Amino acid sequence: MPQPVDLHAIAPEAILGVTILVVLVVDAFLPARRRWLAMPLSMLGVLAALVATLTLLGQEREAFGGHLVVDRFAVTFKLFFLGVAIVVLALSLRYVREGRFYQGEYYFLLLTSFLGCLLMPSARDLLMLFIALELVSAPGFLMAAFRKGDVRSNEGGLKFFLIGVLSAAVMLYGMSLLYGLTGGRTGLAEIAGALRDLDPDHLLLADAAILFVVVGLAFKVSAFPFQFWAPDTYEGAPVPVAAFLAVASKAAGFAGLLQLMFVAFVDRHEFWVPIFAFLSIGTMTIGNLVALKQRQAVRLLAYSGIAQAGYMLLPFALVTDDPGSNQVAFSAAVAYIVIYGVMNLGAFAVVTAVARRSPQLLIEDFAGLGRVAPMLAVGMTLFMVSLAGAPPAGGFWAKVLIFRAAIERGGELGVWLAVAMLLNSVVSIYYYLLIPRQMLFREPERDEPLRTPAGVGAVVALATVAVLAIFVLPNPFARLAELAVLAGPSLGG
Amino acid sequence: MTWENSAITITTLLPLVGALVIALVPKGQDRLIRGLGVAVTGVALVLAAAIAVGFDYAAPGLQYVLDVRWIDAIDARYHVGIDGISMPLYVLTFLLSFLCAIYTWRYLPSPGRPKAFVALMLLLETGMAGTFVAFDLILFFVFWELVLVPMYFLIGIWGSDNREYAAIKFFLFTLFGSIFMLLGFLAMYFRSEPHTFDILELQAFAQAGGFSRGFQVVVFGAVALGLAVKVPMWPLHTWLPDAHTEAPTIGSVLLAGIMLKMGTYGFVRIALPLLPDAASAYAPWIGLLAAIAIVYAALACLAQRDLKRLIAFSSVGHMGFVMLGIATMTEIGIQAAIFGMVAHGVITGMLFFCVGSIYDRYHTRQIAEIGGGMLQKMPKLGSTFAYVAIASLGLPGLAGFWGEVMALLASFRPNETLGLDPGLFRVFMVMGGIGTILTAGYFLWMLQRVNMGVLPDRWREAPLADTLAIEWVSWTPLLALILVLGLYPRLVFGMTDEPVAALMSLFGG
Repeated sequence: MPQPVDLHAIAPEAILGVTILVVLVVDAFLPARRRWLAMPLSMLGVLAALVATLTLLGQEREAFGGHLVVDRFAVTFKLFFLGVAIVVLALSLRYVREGRFYQGEYYFLLLTSFLGCLLMPSARDLLMLFIALELVSAPGFLMAAFRKGDVRSNEGGLKFFLIGVLSAAVMLYGMSLLYGLTGGRTGLAEIAGALRDLDPDHLLLADAAILFVVVGLAFKVSAFPFQFWAPDTYEGAPVPVAAFLAVASKAAGFAGLLQLMFVAFVDRHEFWVPIFAFLSIGTMTIGNLVALKQRQAVRLLAYSGIAQAGYMLLPFALVTDDPGSNQVAFSAAVAYIVIYGVMNLGAFAVVTAVARRSPQLLIEDFAGLGRVAPMLAVGMTLFMVSLAGAPPAGGFWAKVLIFRAAIERGGELGVWLAVAMLLNSVVSIYYYLLIPRQMLFREPERDEPLRTPAGVGAVVALATVAVLAIFVLPNPFARLAELAVLAGPSLGG
Repeated sequence: MTWENSAITITTLLPLVGALVIALVPKGQDRLIRGLGVAVTGVALVLAAAIAVGFDYAAPGLQYVLDVRWIDAIDARYHVGIDGISMPLYVLTFLLSFLCAIYTWRYLPSPGRPKAFVALMLLLETGMAGTFVAFDLILFFVFWELVLVPMYFLIGIWGSDNREYAAIKFFLFTLFGSIFMLLGFLAMYFRSEPHTFDILELQAFAQAGGFSRGFQVVVFGAVALGLAVKVPMWPLHTWLPDAHTEAPTIGSVLLAGIMLKMGTYGFVRIALPLLPDAASAYAPWIGLLAAIAIVYAALACLAQRDLKRLIAFSSVGHMGFVMLGIATMTEIGIQAAIFGMVAHGVITGMLFFCVGSIYDRYHTRQIAEIGGGMLQKMPKLGSTFAYVAIASLGLPGLAGFWGEVMALLASFRPNETLGLDPGLFRVFMVMGGIGTILTAGYFLWMLQRVNMGVLPDRWREAPLADTLAIEWVSWTPLLALILVLGLYPRLVFGMTDEPVAALMSLFGG
């Protein structure tokens, strides 16, 4: 007997899905010079999905037999992803139009990826999770290679594709093992229960399965030692796509990881906590050290993103049997991911503006930006300071929340992780200041003014205000992260 | 909201608001921007003076307190207030900033850009002033770090040739120290019951024996590392000569005049009262590093050829006396330290003004290239320089004297009830005494090479203007203060008597 589907619960996804089809069809019937209309159309769809998501605030619903759940965690992440979608669309308009890309296809692919993002935090089922993750990634392969004329874009896209498929295969293998071990269960909460009651003889196999799943996701979030694809892919991709990959795609990976580790696998934390400690320290250290040598802005941001992923992985290494303690770690990770999104999008917006003038995007190309475009320069400086985690910027609180969780809840391991993160933060200051140094300490090579597209300027202004506001009044933000709890099973225990 | 509970907030944040206003002024309005800088710092100084006048110096505890919720997630509160230890430094912050704003009316180093310069200077002012009135560790840390970014840009944009190296070195050193400080703060937060960042509550908790000795020793190490970089204590001082030498005049004045005091103030306000057992345990080591700093800095000064670098190294020595005073853990020693901070702020700030003006005339800071005879060519500037240099070497009757002589006096009889070894501290005293002699030596030698002698031929015809009116305006208050503090030290001691006695009572002294 078919079950009735809760349409309200899937409204955001449904709206976005319809928009995707409309964009694809409309594009075919528009004359070439009007093709850019695909962007406002997409924006409209995203805004409608945003409204639909807002009506879900504070509600708890489920559809498809509990495989798709709407709770505060899901709504928080959906709002975040839709915000990112608006920003990436705003950044894309000029870039895609002037870059002579196939505009309809571009927006089609972008929105499809975001559809996957929206599904991700709602997916409480291994299959659903896998579908969402692939929905995020597959269009990403194409978008990364969208600058067809550029060899590096082709290479980046191909690399991304091969790695993505490999990681998906590894993850799927792990999932299939779990499926067998738990007697055909796919729901995350059911898996948690099954793992708790598992025959001790099968523990080794279960741990291997968890390891496979973690490795697959570690590729997605570009964690060490699976991070090498990210810089090449980001550098080759169109800048707005790089922004998408660095923020939305990574956050989607983390949303999946959060649900898997804090819900499904939480009872095996003794096995995987050391793995995450290793991943976290390795990722932040490698990201920061290699970033020191970068000469190109997007590569710099890519390695910075790797280092940041290391910080986001830290709370995973704090998981214990105590649900209250896990809640603190969980909130710290959510808060960090969201704040990282804000400041990183701001930085990519500035890079997009500069890319119009200097497509090479060498760090030297930012020279004298303080003269030519003071607003961009001030914003970029703030984003960089924020990414480094120094006041007066929101990134400071993001780091403090993680420190707090590590020292309060992590025991001895937590303190060592915090120290590692502190030392990394200091190292990172050096390369985060490379671009502000060029912008403010150097004279511009050409004195021509930099024309910033309105959408890009708006994004920079908005992100600047947001980063400052989070710094001055972090209260609502911290609460938001605390509220972003998963419905259903408590975390661990 | 009354004046009583909002005064500190208004005064401290006024420069920040001024910076935002200036950011909105169109680019070309050069005079307007500099005028706004003078006006904002001037009003802030008046407000700070009003706070100082309205303060009841006989009453114990904090005044002008405002304590409201800020960040619930980590129990951080917006808790500000002021006492006699903060007061002189707080007022000095506003005084020096105001004088710097006046100085900027005429002097703005290449590449110009008054808007950014004045805005950053105001931002710096808020950060420095806030550090002295914050009574919540997180708030303290935020103000403490707020200083970093503007100073980085002041050095990096308006500095001299090697500015970028100096700026990043300054940033990395300070940040490295301060994150360990933050770690120490977090550790205290989690060890306290109930969890709190409030300095006064933590003080009471520590007083009740809440922190074990082992815990204190570890946390003190972390906190002291952050503070020591800022002071800077030998051997963490190496960023300072670079930063000072490369910074524009205003940057050097504020750096030497106020920012270094944030470190020593942190020892008196946080490290000592919150971690008393560890403070006694570390005191001999701090004393040793301080004594080394005094001698080392004096020897380094003797070897300097760059005038500004010489003054920078002299700062390391003077801050050594301050730290020596703190290390004795006595009432006299800490009084001496606070007096030393104020005196050093006034004197060395003024010395950097002088060096800035000398550079502006000669376009060189090399002592050999200046070649002597400044008194012949520019008698007013030359005699001002001589006056301040002599004050700096500690001549009785001028401000530099009290802090150093009392620090030496205190190390003759350190706090034995806390287990400090008088013999050891007397060795430090002798080292300090040697340092004083060497200090007199290098300052007098410097004056001999710069002021005295015959004017070299190449400067004979050069159009070197003597002290300008605007310089007199921005210098006179400091020149007067050097004399007043020397003749009437109670101006500072009157403020610090009560709170320092209260501080020492925490040590059962």
